[in-house]
Amino acid sequence: MKQGKIIKISGPVVTAAGLKGIKMYEVVRVGEQGLMGEVIELEGDTATIQVYEETTGIGPGDKVIATGAPLSIELGPGLLSNIYDGILRPLDLIKEQSGAFIARGVNVPSIDHNKKWKFKALAKKGGEVKQGQIIGEVKESETITHKILVPFGINGKIEQIKDVEGNLDTVIAKVKTKDGLKEITMVQKWPVRVPRPTQEKQEPTIPLVTGQRILDTFAPLAKGGTASIPGAFGTGKTVAQQSLAKWCDADIIVYIGCGERGNEMTDVLENFPKLKDPRTGKPLLNRTIIIANTSNMPVAAREASVYTGITLAEYYRDQGFAVALMADSTSRWAEAMREISGRLEEMPGEEGYPAYLSTRLSQFYERAGRVIALSGKEGSVSVIGAISPPGGDFSEPVTQGTLRVNKTFWALDKNLASMRHFPAINWLDSYSLYLDTVEGWYKENAGEDWRALRDKAMELLQKEEELQEIVQLVGPDALPVAERVVLEVTKIFREDFLQQNAYHEVDAFCSPRKQYFMLKIILHFYDQAMDAIKRKVPIDEINKLDVKNDIARMKEHPNETFEKHMEKIMEKIDKSFNKLGGGR
Amino acid sequence: MKKTEYKTIKEIAGPLLVVENVEDVTYGELVEITDSNGQKKNGQVLEAREGVAVVQVFEGTRDLDTKDTSVRFTGETMKVALSGEMIGRVFSGLGKPIDGNPDIIPEKKMDVNGLAINPTAREFPEEFIQTGVSAIDTMNTLVRGQKLPLFSEAGLPHNEIAAQIARQAKVLGKGESFAVIFAAMGITFEEAKFFMNDFERTGAMERMVAFINLADDPAIERIITPRIALTAAEYLAFEKGMHVLVILTDMTNYCEALREIAAARNEIPGRRGYPGYMYTDLANLYERAGKIKGKPGSVTQIPILTMPQGDISHPIPDLTGYITEGQIVVSKELHRNNIFPPIDVLPSLSRLMNEGIGAGKTREDHSGVANQMYSAYAQGRSLRDLVAVVGEEALSDLDKKFLIFAKSFEDKFITQSKNENRAIDTSLNIGWDLLSVLPKEELKKIKLEFIEKFLPKKND
Repeated sequence: MKQGKIIKISGPVVTAAGLKGIKMYEVVRVGEQGLMGEVIELEGDTATIQVYEETTGIGPGDKVIATGAPLSIELGPGLLSNIYDGILRPLDLIKEQSGAFIARGVNVPSIDHNKKWKFKALAKKGGEVKQGQIIGEVKESETITHKILVPFGINGKIEQIKDVEGNLDTVIAKVKTKDGLKEITMVQKWPVRVPRPTQEKQEPTIPLVTGQRILDTFAPLAKGGTASIPGAFGTGKTVAQQSLAKWCDADIIVYIGCGERGNEMTDVLENFPKLKDPRTGKPLLNRTIIIANTSNMPVAAREASVYTGITLAEYYRDQGFAVALMADSTSRWAEAMREISGRLEEMPGEEGYPAYLSTRLSQFYERAGRVIALSGKEGSVSVIGAISPPGGDFSEPVTQGTLRVNKTFWALDKNLASMRHFPAINWLDSYSLYLDTVEGWYKENAGEDWRALRDKAMELLQKEEELQEIVQLVGPDALPVAERVVLEVTKIFREDFLQQNAYHEVDAFCSPRKQYFMLKIILHFYDQAMDAIKRKVPIDEINKLDVKNDIARMKEHPNETFEKHMEKIMEKIDKSFNKLGGGR
Repeated sequence: MKKTEYKTIKEIAGPLLVVENVEDVTYGELVEITDSNGQKKNGQVLEAREGVAVVQVFEGTRDLDTKDTSVRFTGETMKVALSGEMIGRVFSGLGKPIDGNPDIIPEKKMDVNGLAINPTAREFPEEFIQTGVSAIDTMNTLVRGQKLPLFSEAGLPHNEIAAQIARQAKVLGKGESFAVIFAAMGITFEEAKFFMNDFERTGAMERMVAFINLADDPAIERIITPRIALTAAEYLAFEKGMHVLVILTDMTNYCEALREIAAARNEIPGRRGYPGYMYTDLANLYERAGKIKGKPGSVTQIPILTMPQGDISHPIPDLTGYITEGQIVVSKELHRNNIFPPIDVLPSLSRLMNEGIGAGKTREDHSGVANQMYSAYAQGRSLRDLVAVVGEEALSDLDKKFLIFAKSFEDKFITQSKNENRAIDTSLNIGWDLLSVLPKEELKKIKLEFIEKFLPKKND
């Protein structure tokens, strides 16, 4: 094993000489305590290393040992429900070893190697297997069946495989490869900075249903797509991320708390275990992995945390799951890059960020996607990144670098929040470039004219914005009747469609089909109202219609029986308007 | 303990020394420097290379030379001596007693940099702290384990507010031990004197530990002052079981010192010349607030910072706002109108408020009253702008009521004397009194049952 010695140290960055042949991104152990570090620059046999822990007390002359492998994490059953730091050390094990404060040099396994699992073989003796293929499964939690994949680099004929009960290190199969007989266990390693390969990437045509009307109807995210939530401090990014984690229809959630507040993480850690999975009634934590690297934990580990998270996401994707990854906040990750870049004395780009900032951002977001995995299964990784722009200024490099590669933009709006309009996401500023790709799915699962209705609603809301400016000047009474109808209907949209009560047992999750019906009802009301004013029905009469109360209450009607309910409301709308009569 | 003394200083630049031909130097270790007159100074290794060490000198580099000054590397990290006896004492920014009394006898020595609290070991803050200030207690409630900064400007009475909070802060209905740690960074002698006099006059000094770095003390010392103060806070909280309130003032001076060192080291600057690691550095201070499961004590922080030009998007308030759990904004406009404390509740926020209020903690109507007053005051304030354009006559009767509310909110609710310690019940009752100006139908944010119970009945 190669060993070198430190020639320079400054904060988390260490330079060591005598490491000929060491590779970029190779992991090293620094000093007597064996602090973990990673090579980030090479010059001759001198390596610059970022260290994942506090470096006080280390000096020139101390040893640096190369491990021969890049920063890798262990993958296997037992990952779910855990809470990790940025380099996948379970925080509760760290607590057992070092108490309430995180000490240095704590070495704990990522996954419990003693826990027994019941392995069920899915491949047969004598069969040919390739890397990434499924050879068996174990029940990881009440709701998730974990597929065991053939580790990378192993292709050949199965010599032995059987159902066993054993721990992670138990040999479950033996495969004869051209390099000899290989033993397969339930655990494998993967370098976090390398995307896991797939058979092919596919177009993201299936929406990630969040049950939030403002998102699903007006700015839908596709499974395998990317979205960003930018906002100044106090606009509710974290709350938005958490409710997405609770309601979106992904199989697995990976939540990365990257450089955020300790108390906020505690809130997540205290609340997630209490949350029930709305679809199964089981704890949400059963299908969740949390990475918590708070702002005062080592900065290099913060830099690594997003890679750790997305590698976990890809691993479950390869088993055929739809995975949603939330990163809160990517700005803190970018700042970690800036900090390390500064220590390397690299020539800075905009605002001191390294010139490669946007490359790194795009590389990260490109790891999202809907794919056919090597196992032949279809899986997806959707990435939702929060951004914390300094001073709320969206022209800064992280926001701009993200918007260039992200296709969905959910604009949090402070004004809406202060008006107690929740979710406080602005419908005009938000956008999604997946509208065309997911249209087919909505046609099939919501309704044939979903897109037309959605666009029409958007048009009305756009129109409202323009009208509001006039109203501010001259008051609503000065507007033509048709435009007053627009204002009335968009008010219904705001209050009864866009606003959604996260605490109401029914309204908290609105199925795409119900969203479609609700759209249809409101737009039907609009059409009837426009028709009525042509018949010279006074607008006050329309405003007084009792059916408006039915519309206001429809969000509380259960998703399952909504279709019948809708028909009733539609009928009532027709009847009400017929009664108004007018010049017919 | 290392004995070697070096007289091989190659370069002195700003607060930094470059020492050559050294051996066995480690990053972050403490350095003892002796100048040609035998005066001792302290420093810390910022960078260690083979044979070379870069040392930052806390007391400044005045009187140091490259010929006779000697440097000794102690092999230890910066530690502070701690004891329960610290309470009631005044120390320098480096933790030396400056009140004329002898050194404390340490019960324990702890590293000033502290360690990160494991997020799984934290307990979520939810115990209401009554500061006796209506604008804070009712509108932006402080809870134990929170970090809630005062965002102020030069020329505003943030010190008076901080002193009042330090004097009055208590948790209702509990006889627990409580301490205040006061860390001054680069404030003037007069300001420090104001705090000390106030604490002594009111008897608050008996439960206070002060660490004072004045404006003419070396800037570099300011890097260490908050760290020592927070280490003392952690010691009192988590080893002695006390509830500690830490006041850090002025964080702007701290950040300037940080920038000074970064510039002296020729580091690549981030925004406005502040170092790129300022977010992490500030987080390492602010995140030392909190509560730990299974331990009785807590650390609560009130950092004070003066926003240059009142600009809230300046890197110092901006980065602070992203780390702290809200902010209390002190407003020039209110101050000009003679309102004390001039706290503008509209841009102020306490993120942990909801967990700390309600039945059993403050009062069941608290959340509704706070929301209603916030929105009514916001409405009144925006109407003021309108009045400036169209005149008051153009307003509807309802609008005029909102104007009246906004005015009386500032005069009767926000305003209180510097010695007035208002109980939360009193604050809420004043709130109800003021809200009764508005028609009942306008109180949409308060539950009907609370309106029935608390709204003063009018005679007409």
